[in-house]
Amino acid sequence: MIPPSFDYAAPTTVDEAVGVLAEAGEDAKVIAGGQSLIPLLRMRFAAPSTLVDLGGIASLREVRDDGDALVIGAMVTHAAVLRDPLVNEHLPLLVSATETVADRQVRHRGTFAGSLAHADPAGDLPAVALVLGASMEIAGPGGRRVVPASEFFVDYLTSAVAADEVLVSVRVPKQGAWVGSYQKFNRVAQGWALVGVAAMVRRENGSIAEARVGLTNMASTPLRATATEQALAGADSREAIGAAAARVAEGTNPSDDLLGSADYRRHLAGVLTKRAVAGLV
Amino acid sequence: MTTTEIGSPRRRKEDARLITGRTTWTENVTLPGMLHLAILRSPLAHARITSIDVSPALETKGVVAAFSGRDVADVQGSLPCAWPVTEDMVHPDRPPIAVDEVRFMGEAVAVVAARSRAAALDAIAAIEVDYEPLPAVLDMEQAIAEGADLVHAGKGTNKGYTWVFDSAEAGTGGDAGAAIDDAEVVIRRRYVQQRLIPAFMEPRSVVVDPTGDVYTMWSATQIPHILRFLLAVVTGTPEHKVRVIAPDVGGGFGGKLQVTPEELIAFVAAKRLGKPVKYTESRSESLVSAHHGRDVIQDIELAARRDGTVTGLRVKLLANMGAYMGLVGPGVPILGAFMYNAIYKFPAYRFECSGVFTNTTITDAYRGAGRPEATYAIERIMDELAVELGLDPLEVRSRNWINADEFPFTTVCGLAYDSGDYAKATDRAKELFGYDELRQEQQARRDSGDSVQLGIGISTYTEMCGLAPSRVLGALRYGAGGWETASVRMLPTGRVEVVTGTSPHGQGHETAWSQIVADQLGVAFDDVEVLHGDTRTSYKGLDTYGSRSLAVGGIALYNACQKVIENAKPIAAHMLECDPADLEFTGGQFRVRGNPDGGKSLADCALAVFAAHDLPDGIEPTLDADAVYDPVNFSFPHGTHLCATEVDTETGSVTIRKYVAVDDIGRVINPLIVDGQVHGGIAQGIAQALFEEAVYDADGNLMTGTFVDYTLPTAADLPAFVTDRTESPAPDHPLGTKGVGEAGTIASTPAVVNAIVDALRPMGVNDIAMPCTPERVWRAVQGGAA
Amino acid sequence: MTRVSIKVDGVDYEDDVEPRTLLVHHLRESLGKVGTVVGCDTSNCGACTVLMSDADGHQQGVKSCAVLAVQAADREITTIEGLSGPDNTLHPVQRAFHEAHGLQCGFCTPGMIMAAVDLLRENSDPSEQEIREGLEGNLCRCTGYQNIVRAVRAASEEIRHGRAEAEPAPPSQLAGEDQTPDSGLPRQSVPDETIPQPVP
Ligand SMILES: Cc1cc2nc3c(=O)[nH]c(=O)nc-3n(C[C@H](O)[C@H](O)[C@H](O)COP(=O)(O)OP(=O)(O)OC[C@H]3O[C@@H](n4cnc5c(N)ncnc54)[C@H](O)[C@@H]3O)c2cc1C
Ligand code: FES
Ligand code: FES
Repeated sequence: MIPPSFDYAAPTTVDEAVGVLAEAGEDAKVIAGGQSLIPLLRMRFAAPSTLVDLGGIASLREVRDDGDALVIGAMVTHAAVLRDPLVNEHLPLLVSATETVADRQVRHRGTFAGSLAHADPAGDLPAVALVLGASMEIAGPGGRRVVPASEFFVDYLTSAVAADEVLVSVRVPKQGAWVGSYQKFNRVAQGWALVGVAAMVRRENGSIAEARVGLTNMASTPLRATATEQALAGADSREAIGAAAARVAEGTNPSDDLLGSADYRRHLAGVLTKRAVAGLV
Repeated sequence: MTTTEIGSPRRRKEDARLITGRTTWTENVTLPGMLHLAILRSPLAHARITSIDVSPALETKGVVAAFSGRDVADVQGSLPCAWPVTEDMVHPDRPPIAVDEVRFMGEAVAVVAARSRAAALDAIAAIEVDYEPLPAVLDMEQAIAEGADLVHAGKGTNKGYTWVFDSAEAGTGGDAGAAIDDAEVVIRRRYVQQRLIPAFMEPRSVVVDPTGDVYTMWSATQIPHILRFLLAVVTGTPEHKVRVIAPDVGGGFGGKLQVTPEELIAFVAAKRLGKPVKYTESRSESLVSAHHGRDVIQDIELAARRDGTVTGLRVKLLANMGAYMGLVGPGVPILGAFMYNAIYKFPAYRFECSGVFTNTTITDAYRGAGRPEATYAIERIMDELAVELGLDPLEVRSRNWINADEFPFTTVCGLAYDSGDYAKATDRAKELFGYDELRQEQQARRDSGDSVQLGIGISTYTEMCGLAPSRVLGALRYGAGGWETASVRMLPTGRVEVVTGTSPHGQGHETAWSQIVADQLGVAFDDVEVLHGDTRTSYKGLDTYGSRSLAVGGIALYNACQKVIENAKPIAAHMLECDPADLEFTGGQFRVRGNPDGGKSLADCALAVFAAHDLPDGIEPTLDADAVYDPVNFSFPHGTHLCATEVDTETGSVTIRKYVAVDDIGRVINPLIVDGQVHGGIAQGIAQALFEEAVYDADGNLMTGTFVDYTLPTAADLPAFVTDRTESPAPDHPLGTKGVGEAGTIASTPAVVNAIVDALRPMGVNDIAMPCTPERVWRAVQGGAA
Repeated sequence: MTRVSIKVDGVDYEDDVEPRTLLVHHLRESLGKVGTVVGCDTSNCGACTVLMSDADGHQQGVKSCAVLAVQAADREITTIEGLSGPDNTLHPVQRAFHEAHGLQCGFCTPGMIMAAVDLLRENSDPSEQEIREGLEGNLCRCTGYQNIVRAVRAASEEIRHGRAEAEPAPPSQLAGEDQTPDSGLPRQSVPDETIPQPVP
């Protein structure tokens, strides 16, 4: 299939992009890697009036060391994340989660920021951004603002980025003493996550001092499993981890769909959490 | 006969163009002034079309024409069904473009022709259609219940036909009902063959050129010859004015064994507009509108003695036809009817199948067509019998199977199995598999309560290949014969052109046919060109499906080669100044018997007839020969497949740890091609067991309409397969070959499911519906454990 | 319409394209590069895979159905038709697909070969598992992937060691299935075949 007609703009600065968006009106859309948007256009599930391509904005392709965090530009692709030395050194969780995203070709074009902006509940990286404590820098007609990951994912396919705004970069605190694991469960290699669990722990004296658990596809947005996180603090045995993991579905609202029932998703989340955390201690 | 080519793993001729992108897919055909078609399809499963207005489409930029079903009602004809399995089969009209009523989601409703594909797609969105929804009939059992809503109101029933075979009535065996009543053990099971989508990788595409003296159609089809014949019949076009070309075709698996609405629509549009037209489906159109496969409910009753000897089998099927009868759709379950007794000496058998209409895409042939369903059911239930009797599943099988010294063996269906050695294939498979070691590991995992359990699945199968003796097809009310043709043309330079009536789309006929010719005629492999798929060069043939091409077309080719040699003999004798009776033909040379030197090659003879200056009196100056071969029997390949699965009882996910296939397909022309066929077949069978299912929601919307939801396995989802062969040559075939196209698909599905069930047996699991998704497996574990 | 110039298989092309035109359609319909094919509408099948340079000029595998032609402006693209070397010698991956029977109908093949080329550029010695995962963006309905995996293994050997050393390995011994007889019949070697080359 072929997308419906649209106009096309290729700005070379973020300000220019914001200007074009303002001019083009509500039906304009940003295109980053296009790996989610172009298939939607081909199926004619989206019909933007104008596409504003961020591909020509060189500054968005950078990964920058910002002291205790890395700043990942909006056009940094999944493939660039995987090979970037800074990301490999400071954000190994992001690397291992990104390896599970799509396939080589898609990772060559699709972007980390685009995955977040797209806010697909089955996307792997939103839950990871959540547990990493990322924050998003957004540019709009009113200037720039920063939104923490905890407030960024608003609803199904809806992020805090408004139609006239551009997600400029993602600031991700370095993992430091935290170790992490991403467990993705899918039926076939190409499949999206039925459920995914991003877990991070900080260990002290052989037990878990602090834990963060983020869930993919357990609601219309990615979630933190707070009950489990609290129960994991101080956990020092497999049994304790298992008991904490068993609470992971509390407060979730997974869908019942072709891929799996809500019950099964709740069950899987528990198993994956147990496996993720057990692998970290 | 010297054989150097046959049996050798020749790299394929067809690869050269395929690996360099120099292919002629139908979608690559572009003609001057060509218009592009787009089809508006029904979003509803069942509705009356109360009004339709195509005029807004005509106002869209680039649009040349737009029409609805009503606009072409008098010329579009009705899609054919070539297999009315019973005299009273219900065969509703099926206009290519729906006229008053749509009966499945995806049915064509209107067509636009435009100067570009994009313009055509833009325009179909502008067409205005009003539908009055009608109740969608989806469940087969509800469909045949009293008072059910009807798919075709005018027909008064959703039951298309009921077809029965009973060995007592046919005189080929005993009374299955009596056997069941008297049995020491009866196992009753219901198995469901989920709906599958053939999902060939090349979307269907059709180009029609109405300019010139004939109508030329390029189509991504498996059946150019059948298509030409039926196009002529359905549209009333004189047959000699229709030419069909199947250029490079990207896979079929039965899915392109169809005369499609799209082909007729393109034909009608081109005729009307006087311009070449092209239509290529998108993948989502393909998944919703190209025919589906399987979708059968199987109720099986197996009667046995306590020692494991089976005394009778009764099979009752409901086969989902979809909304209409497809080209051979009604016959698909009938092809399976003769295979439920599989490799076994069952004494009594009854089979009954009803074809049921529902508001879904039509079903028709998909790799194996009827035979995988049969093999699945019998191989699953043989395992259940083993469990019931506390026997090893291989033991139960060997107590019932036909022994090597009992061939030819006439089965309870009346088929004469030609040859085979089931024990030999099974022994070889066990050896490659490490059967005993894996059984030990299984026990160890059971004992330790490992969360990952190991299961071993067995599938011993046979199939009937080489469709088919024409008389048998006639007796089954199939509309055509089962012969195949070949022509061998000797060019003056000694090169050879072969014209075959088969129509390959991945099977490598150009290579295998060249190997046969090279050996028979003693010419070089590279000096043979195989022509196919264009009804101008290959005017006669019955195309490629049902593992028939080599088993039937290969013999035609062999026979044509023998005729060429016979034609050349008097000419060679004339040149050698001897009596033809004194000549022998070896290694491509005619020589006087007993005299190793000074022979004449076929090329010499070819040049001699080209010049024709000095030929024996009364000889026609040609070596060329045609042959048509109508098989006397089917051929019956067989084999044993073993599968080990690891089942994660916590998540339900299944990993194939080891897969061994030992197939006996008679003699092998090209082992490389054979291995490829087996690998691909196994992959498709595993995909049925684990991954694929076409799902409709309660309103009849296809939920698996893209490759996101209709999950085909990738390389990362499949294991490496261990394959080997035993060899029982086909006695009815001069080359001894049997057919391999469907073997892997037929054997692998039950092997995988048997393995999963075997892993979970101690938890009380005795069945899991296909595809065995992690959730289903997990639920079975939960249910079993509870 | 937007004016774009794209270098494809070594040739510069400059065209006016509608922004909505997918790269694969531009390649096929405007530039006649019909070797690259379309198999789906959700960017799952990988049949359309080509190599395209990124902003830094590195060529990498992309699905040309998930790239707009306008996004490919000023980039360099290699399709299956441009993979052969000077004198039209086959690329080792093309040759390996032929040798190992890594294709049947051949529809997935252009994309599969390009994806394999892309994989081998990043990892010249992939294991069987790495090959399987590296090709997860490509669907093949015919081969069951086994001979594709073998072909990629064989190509990797050839690329690393040059042709002469890699040659003797028969396909059945690759891909981590050493114990696989795979064929009950002996596989006598056949003469090295000449593959007819396109006339440039
Ligand atoms: C076959 C296939 C399989 C996939 N599998 C997975 C998977 O397993 N897991 C997974 O997580 N993802 C998967 N994806 C999606 C992939 O990760 C995409 O790259 C990602 O979702 C979107 O990134 P993008 O840069 O391509 O965004 P685009 O497609 O360009 O944009 C997506 C949406 O986000 C908006 N957007 C993007 N960037 C910005 C920005 N900087 N500012 C404002 N708005 C923006 C766009 O307007 C659009 O609405 C898959 C995609 C494909 C085609
Ligand atoms: S056409 Fe299927 S991925 Fe591009
Ligand atoms: S060779 Fe046919 S799809 Fe791969």
